[in-house]
Parts: sequence; structure tokens; C-alpha cells
Amino acid sequence: MGKNTGGEAETVDQFLDSTLESVDSAEALVLEVAQKAGFEEEDLHKIGMAVRECMVNAVVHGNQYSAHKKVRVSVSAGRNQLTVSIVDQGKGFELSSLPDPLAEENLLSNSGRGLFLIRAFMDKLQVRRLTPHGTEVTLVKYLGQK
Amino acid sequence: MSVKLSTRQVGDVSVIDVSGRITLGEGSSALRDTLRDMVSKGQKKILLNLGEVSYIDSSGIGELVSGFTTVANQGGQLKLLSLTKRVKDLLQITKLYTVFDVHDDEAGAVRSFA
Repeated sequence: MGKNTGGEAETVDQFLDSTLESVDSAEALVLEVAQKAGFEEEDLHKIGMAVRECMVNAVVHGNQYSAHKKVRVSVSAGRNQLTVSIVDQGKGFELSSLPDPLAEENLLSNSGRGLFLIRAFMDKLQVRRLTPHGTEVTLVKYLGQK
Repeated sequence: MSVKLSTRQVGDVSVIDVSGRITLGEGSSALRDTLRDMVSKGQKKILLNLGEVSYIDSSGIGELVSGFTTVANQGGQLKLLSLTKRVKDLLQITKLYTVFDVHDDEAGAVRSFA
């Protein structure tokens, strides 16, 4: 784990294996920082859920459980916001190419709701394709917003 | 805490009491196995009691939908009982709340299958 306390916000970095256990580890790491930053129970639940969904995407769809690939999780808490970055080493995807889970024809689909839930629970979601490979997903939650 | 499932029979309705977390991995596969087992035994009236479910993720939601369609395809019905606020909220934002037949009390839910 790496810590950078040079600026106002403390950033904690972890490189995690591409396993489902890492989903729990990332959730615990982020929630510890979020709790210290002053987020309350309902927001902690939403943050935890968004991080889990994002980690599942990174481990399952991005890195496809590869033992040779890692997921980097960075979390920083500023005065008014929590920022989480999750980077995988997969092939990447286009956000616009994902089907709308609320469309009539997709309502009874068994999958495809992860990013939708992340959007619903966080205040900002940004997806960036990295070169030569990988995806960085950045999640932001503001303190004290409903 | 992971998921814990137990089954019981109330008349001709099979009730599955679920507690814990329904998430990708052990939680969602345990639910899938239990539902498949019931369907393979020809049970067509299944009530899923989620009153003790503390957490459900998109994979868990997918299992609920999958169970719903599997049971319906066999001519049966899968209904939900005692949703916690968080699970109810999740089903509402994913527009699934109106897809499922959701009940707050068990006796009423059992009667609704008749």
C-alpha cells in the first residue's frame, strides 16, 4: 500500500490481484477512508456498493481473473469529496456501447446493471481508456450531498 | 457474512428464507442452485423471503431476474417477500419493482398464489 500525504488530500494506493477477494479488500479500503472523511452510513453503503460493482467489472470483465494482471485502487479524501480510481489491465470498453438496463427489452436481462448502479450511487463517474491497454474508472462522492 | 438459505413448505408454496449478502460468487450461486433445485423438482409456487438480506449487488439482482424467468418458463411463479428498504430501493431504481410481485406479509403472499 502506498500513501501520499503531501497535499491536502491523502491518497492511498493498492495493487490487488484479479480475484473476488480483492473486491472485498477494495471495499474495505475505500470505506475506511470514507468513514474517516466523515461520510455517514447511507453514503457509506452507496460508496461501498459502487466500489464493489466497479471492482467486479475490473476483475471479471477487464482482467478476466488473470493471475498476471492487477487492479490498482486509489482513494483520496479531500475536504468535501472522496475520489476513487480503479484501473484494470483489460481490453477496455466504450461506455456508450453498453445497453441501457432500463430499456424495455433489457429489463429482464441477467446482467448489465453494474455501471448503472455506480452512476446512481455516486455523484460523478468517469471512464477513460488507457494506452496501450486498460481502463480507468473514477468515482466521486461529495460530502453532505443527498 | 455470506448468504444463508433455508427452505420450508407452507401448504403448496415453497418458501426460501434468505439472509446475509447476495453478491457475485458464493451468494448468488447459492441462490441460483436452490432455485434450480426447486424448479427441477417441479415446484411452481416459490416465495423468496428477503427480509434478512442486508446487501444485494447487480449480480444478485441478476439472479433474482434469472430465477423469476426460469420459474415462469416452467409455468410457475416466483414472488418476493419482506424487502428491506435498500433492496426495495434497488429494485425501484432498476425498474424491477413492478416486474416482481412483492408482498409484505407471508400469509397474504401465500394466499396470492391460489
